[in-house]
Amino acid sequence: MAYTEEELKKELETKEYEYGFYTDIESDTFPNGLNEEIVIAISKKKEEPEWMTLWRLESFKIWKEMVEPEWANVKYKKPDFQAISYYSAPNKKPKYDSLDEVDPELLDTFKKLGISLDEQKKLAGVAVDIVMDSVSVATTFKKTLAEKGIIFCSISEAIREHPELVKKYLGSVVPQKDNFYAALNSAVFSDGSFCYIPKGVRCPMELSTYFRINQAGTGQFERTLVIADEGSYVSYLEGCTAPSRDENQLHAAVVELIALDDSEIKYSTVQNWFPGNKEGVGGVFNFVTKRGLCEKNAKISWTQVETGSAVTWKYPSCILKGDNSIGEFYSIAVTNNYQQADTGTKMIHLGKNTRSTIISKGISAGKSQNSYRGLVQVNSRADNARNFSQCDSLLMGNECGAHTFPYIEVRNKSAQIEHEATTSKIGEDQIFYCNQRGINTEKAIALIVNGFSKEVLNKLPMEFAVEAQKLLEISLEGSVG
Amino acid sequence: MLKINNLHARVEDKEILRGINLTVNAGEVHAIMGPNGSGKSTLAAVIAGKEEFEITEGEVYLEGENLDETSPEDRAHKGIFLSFQYPVEIPGVSVTNFMKTAINESRKAKGLDDMPAKDMLKLIREKSEMLEIDRKFLSRSLNEGFSGGEKKRNEIFQMAMLEPKLAILDETDSGLDIDALRIVANGVNKLKSKDNAVIVITHYQRLLEYIVPDFVHVLHNGKIVKSGTKDLALELEEKGYDWLKQETVV
Repeated sequence: MAYTEEELKKELETKEYEYGFYTDIESDTFPNGLNEEIVIAISKKKEEPEWMTLWRLESFKIWKEMVEPEWANVKYKKPDFQAISYYSAPNKKPKYDSLDEVDPELLDTFKKLGISLDEQKKLAGVAVDIVMDSVSVATTFKKTLAEKGIIFCSISEAIREHPELVKKYLGSVVPQKDNFYAALNSAVFSDGSFCYIPKGVRCPMELSTYFRINQAGTGQFERTLVIADEGSYVSYLEGCTAPSRDENQLHAAVVELIALDDSEIKYSTVQNWFPGNKEGVGGVFNFVTKRGLCEKNAKISWTQVETGSAVTWKYPSCILKGDNSIGEFYSIAVTNNYQQADTGTKMIHLGKNTRSTIISKGISAGKSQNSYRGLVQVNSRADNARNFSQCDSLLMGNECGAHTFPYIEVRNKSAQIEHEATTSKIGEDQIFYCNQRGINTEKAIALIVNGFSKEVLNKLPMEFAVEAQKLLEISLEGSVG
Repeated sequence: MLKINNLHARVEDKEILRGINLTVNAGEVHAIMGPNGSGKSTLAAVIAGKEEFEITEGEVYLEGENLDETSPEDRAHKGIFLSFQYPVEIPGVSVTNFMKTAINESRKAKGLDDMPAKDMLKLIREKSEMLEIDRKFLSRSLNEGFSGGEKKRNEIFQMAMLEPKLAILDETDSGLDIDALRIVANGVNKLKSKDNAVIVITHYQRLLEYIVPDFVHVLHNGKIVKSGTKDLALELEEKGYDWLKQETVV
């Protein structure tokens, strides 16, 4: 069997998005466009208290003054923000006691995604809060969590039920004026997840949300807030898929993590939004702001597997404010066809003896562009700060690109910073070697890619690692999946 | 076992094999010797099915079956094994994981289920002891940071694991010190049986003191110019290849 680079390329091009279906659920969608009335209407729709409405309006004011950033290594047609509908919720707002009451078509969608609630419910140790078109429709395992004092609910519910926590922390890590998309999100966020782990509590299960964009032309503005109180621990999983659509869909999420003294947050993401077809038409614009704050001895780990979206702009970051705090970033970003990804992290060392680790693995195929952009900043008071960064790129074919933009700013002489970078290519010799041992080309590529990504895959929780490995294969291969 | 008939092969415009005839029966060991650039490694790669080379004339048969349309992985499933002169590195994939994948892919091709983990472990233990391989070595990334000798020993370990019908050792002796050479040769000898065959490609007669060939062939300019018994190897060691080159010209 011949397997030249030419053929490999062709095969990669013909891989269609396998979750490209569209669920026809009655939706309650706002007219296109954004103004103060829309912002107020969203807030009203969500039955929010006045302080929240005012916060949104303030954000909207800030956003109006801002311009869309252009520094990222991505090219795309800027969204027309007046041509987007800013709210869409499944029409029959569910307040279900059991799954039987959930819209069967919705359940069917989840089944197609391979995440049927039935299955999820049985999966011991995983509670699922599903966000579909911006409104949480089901939360399981809530009771078990409640017994430990853990709050895991939609952000809308948290605004109503736990205003003191939301008021204190919302916008504390990602301020409204942080950037263009964060300001937009603050004004119009539709829903998202909220999680609070009380002092000294170790969350007994992986908390998991599945996001899904479903309504044509609807922007998705998720807002996530995770607070780990002193000495607590939580592992949070976020996974995404989206149906095929012709026009670009905008996604501008904000995730804020707060790790108080001696606590630990592990945040894992598998992102598989529609990347556009092989001509580069359609696909999700993914402009996300994710940031965590570490107090004394706290630790935040970001792990991400990014295989989807037409354009990705995403930098999960850590502010290492407390002494001895630790920030970690483990990332695999796969781009194929015309996908563009500009992703990386920022590690801001403010406290003494703070440590950060960055492992980034970029895999590019087709005509895609894959960039790592990272900032390691050591403040003047951050004595003995340490960072280790490693950025590896794997190229498939001759038409894709891999870029690395590491920025290092050090204002303290005791800092130790290490940076390593490599670029490699899957060679015909590697493929032939595998073939000779009886491993076909498709399997060989999966093996090589998995080997390349191993350090990051190992950081994912078990069930997520399996899903992620499958996604890598789907994203890069012709017939697997 | 293996029958090669008037085999011509080229890469791009360059003809490398110019009419090879070779028959290897089960239970035999054949040595192929010859100066640099005579086509030894090309012959090995063509038997293994490397696509880079275009066969312009002639055929390769394995147990009576023409391999013309057979992919490299199917040839492997049928029992052809090539010990590479320059084994490639696959970062992040451990020797164990690689072997597990290779064995299970071969089993899948034969309609068998995956080898149970217990049997796999037993096999690994047995073969690594035979080749005096440290178990820690097996959890390292395939060939990454291996010394020349480690790479070659790893090739023979894979051969032991896969138990091929026809093993082709392409300059397995290069880069081996005398102790490693003895271990590798012992391994090959232990794996030899009346049902399988070995083709040893080498520059030197040194390896042939350990793996004793039934036949020795000299390759020059893409052709076998002389065949004989193991004494031919000794003669070559003494006289070099020049006298053969001259003979061919005449």
